[in-house]
Amino acid sequence: MNRLALSLLVSASLVSAPAMTYAKDIVIGFTTSETGKLNADSAPQMQGFELWRDQVNAKGGIKVGGDKYPVKFVKYDDQSTSGRVQQLYVRLVTQDNADFLFSPYSSGLTATAAIISEQYGKVMITTGAAEGKTYELGNQHLFQTYTPANLYLASALDAVKAKAPKSKIALIYENGGFAKAVATGAKAYADKLGLNVVIDEAYDASTTDFSPILNKVVSSGADVLIGGGHFADGSTLARQLREQNMKLKMISLLVAPDVPKFAGLGSAAYGVSVPSQWESDASYTPDFGPTAAQFTKDYENRFHVHPGYHAAGGYASGLILQHAIEQAGSLDTDKVTAQLNKMDATTFYGHIRFANDESRHGLQVGHDMVLAQWQKKGGELEKEVVWPEAAGTAPLMFPISQ
Amino acid sequence: MTGVIVSIINGLLLGAIYGLAAIGLTLIFGVMKVINLAHGAMIALGMFALYLLVSWLGINPYLAVPVVGVGGFLMGFCIYWIAVHRVIGRAELMSLLATFAVSMIIVGVGTVLWSTSPYNVQVDMPGLSIGRYTIPGNHIVAAVVAILVAVALYLFLYYTRLGKAIRAVASNRQASELMGIPSTRVLAIAFGIGIGIAAVAGSLIATLFPFTILSGASYELKSFVVTVLGGLGNPAGALLGGLLLGLIEGSVSPFVSVSWTPVIEFSLFVVILILFPAGLFRVGRGR
Repeated sequence: MNRLALSLLVSASLVSAPAMTYAKDIVIGFTTSETGKLNADSAPQMQGFELWRDQVNAKGGIKVGGDKYPVKFVKYDDQSTSGRVQQLYVRLVTQDNADFLFSPYSSGLTATAAIISEQYGKVMITTGAAEGKTYELGNQHLFQTYTPANLYLASALDAVKAKAPKSKIALIYENGGFAKAVATGAKAYADKLGLNVVIDEAYDASTTDFSPILNKVVSSGADVLIGGGHFADGSTLARQLREQNMKLKMISLLVAPDVPKFAGLGSAAYGVSVPSQWESDASYTPDFGPTAAQFTKDYENRFHVHPGYHAAGGYASGLILQHAIEQAGSLDTDKVTAQLNKMDATTFYGHIRFANDESRHGLQVGHDMVLAQWQKKGGELEKEVVWPEAAGTAPLMFPISQ
Repeated sequence: MTGVIVSIINGLLLGAIYGLAAIGLTLIFGVMKVINLAHGAMIALGMFALYLLVSWLGINPYLAVPVVGVGGFLMGFCIYWIAVHRVIGRAELMSLLATFAVSMIIVGVGTVLWSTSPYNVQVDMPGLSIGRYTIPGNHIVAAVVAILVAVALYLFLYYTRLGKAIRAVASNRQASELMGIPSTRVLAIAFGIGIGIAAVAGSLIATLFPFTILSGASYELKSFVVTVLGGLGNPAGALLGGLLLGLIEGSVSPFVSVSWTPVIEFSLFVVILILFPAGLFRVGRGR
């Protein structure tokens, strides 16, 4: 009797099995810096990820073949430290079974995560990570959203060359992977343009007192200052430039001035420019995904703040991965990788194309940067695209009016 | 040459604040032989206390500094009874762990409340121009306030009954008990004063630089260096030690890349430790 009951039960389960559908989530794993020194930079990137996920899931998910799979995030706080990134990316792959990965924020943390993603053969879309060195190591599954670091300050230097080629330039930057890569690229580009770099000095990421460096800048007679690193040091540097009443024709800092909180510095923010991966005024015609105006509106409605390029980069990463999965019609790593390799498309974030040659596989080679500057409109600080002039929403203020 | 002089002045101004921060640490050590590992966390709390007072009440940052000091004293008084009192006189590791635990709690709660994004207190103060160089006005005011607080503490310790009681307990707790001094209460007050001074130092630093709840750690490290330079348990030495540290930073930085400044600074520190193990400014009594 018991045997009969058991056979009936097994038969019933076998018959009913094909009728039952199990929704498969597409699991994307990553870490964010919810604490630690990269928190302010990482938060908007995370918001970009979230907005993309929620919009995709509201439409039923990513289309894979004939089905739609919702996106599920598995994320952890990396505390802005590479040790945590190493542990957590291993966990994301081995325990959380992530199908795909996004990078943490910053070049340093991404370099650590890339070792893990490559070791386990997982596709990782990197954002908030511009240093190009990571792509020269033979990685096959790493794809960069940002324009590489060595080109970050090119537009600022182009502007100096056009406005005052005899300027004395102070190159002051954070002693970290990303900022050093930017500075090395900027120095080489300045030399190529025939510009005069009078100081080339790095400072520790935790620096709070810039007086010693600023005194050197005054002593050198420099009238243009370019450099910086991330939000914490860049905002401090901008504030102290103001406190020390530095008479500079141009100040161009990395990252910090693009974080909306930078405007909280008030008069210290005025005139400061930032190389930007994206600005909301950009008018690219996207091949897929929202327009810049649509993204900006959705982001503002959701987070009540104007999006900077960190947020746009986060959203664009999701969009790029989504497009590759849809084109591949599969979640198979090799098929998605193949689609990413041949991607040559325009999104709201700009043109996207990845290098395919062995020496720099995955490096972003399609995307261009702009230079934005904090100016005053009706007494209020507003960030304007100022370079290249053809793409500008306002002329570059050069020199910065006091 | 003007650049070097300005750099030295900047260094001395900052040194005065380092000195004040270290006074809080050295006072507590001098009186109860407790190395307070919550010192950095209390400096950071002082920064946030100033920020909240300024942003909520809209008062002038410098008027908020005394309020922060009183708040720090009360908090220190409470921490003494909760976490420190029971471990006084026991193995040094006990008090180290107790104060470290307090630090972890403060930093943890602070991280939840304020995250680790940088905060700013806006202070618009005209600077002092020397040729092409400018010494920021807020640095000058913060250094003057730091020195005034240090002098006030000195006068309190040497010319008031309670101050003398604190010094007596620091010198010999048993003998002071025999003289009728309620040593436990004096220890609690001394701990409160030490924490109050750390909070004041934090609030002054907040008028100069952006800060997070983690910012106290670097000032705690400087406080230890300054304390050892000045002689453990010696508040006057701590102020001089702070000025010396600032002088070293200011003198070295014009000539080398800023990345080398801490290397030179700490190398000199090791040399001083070897030559003067009891500190450079060891004067008067104390251990």
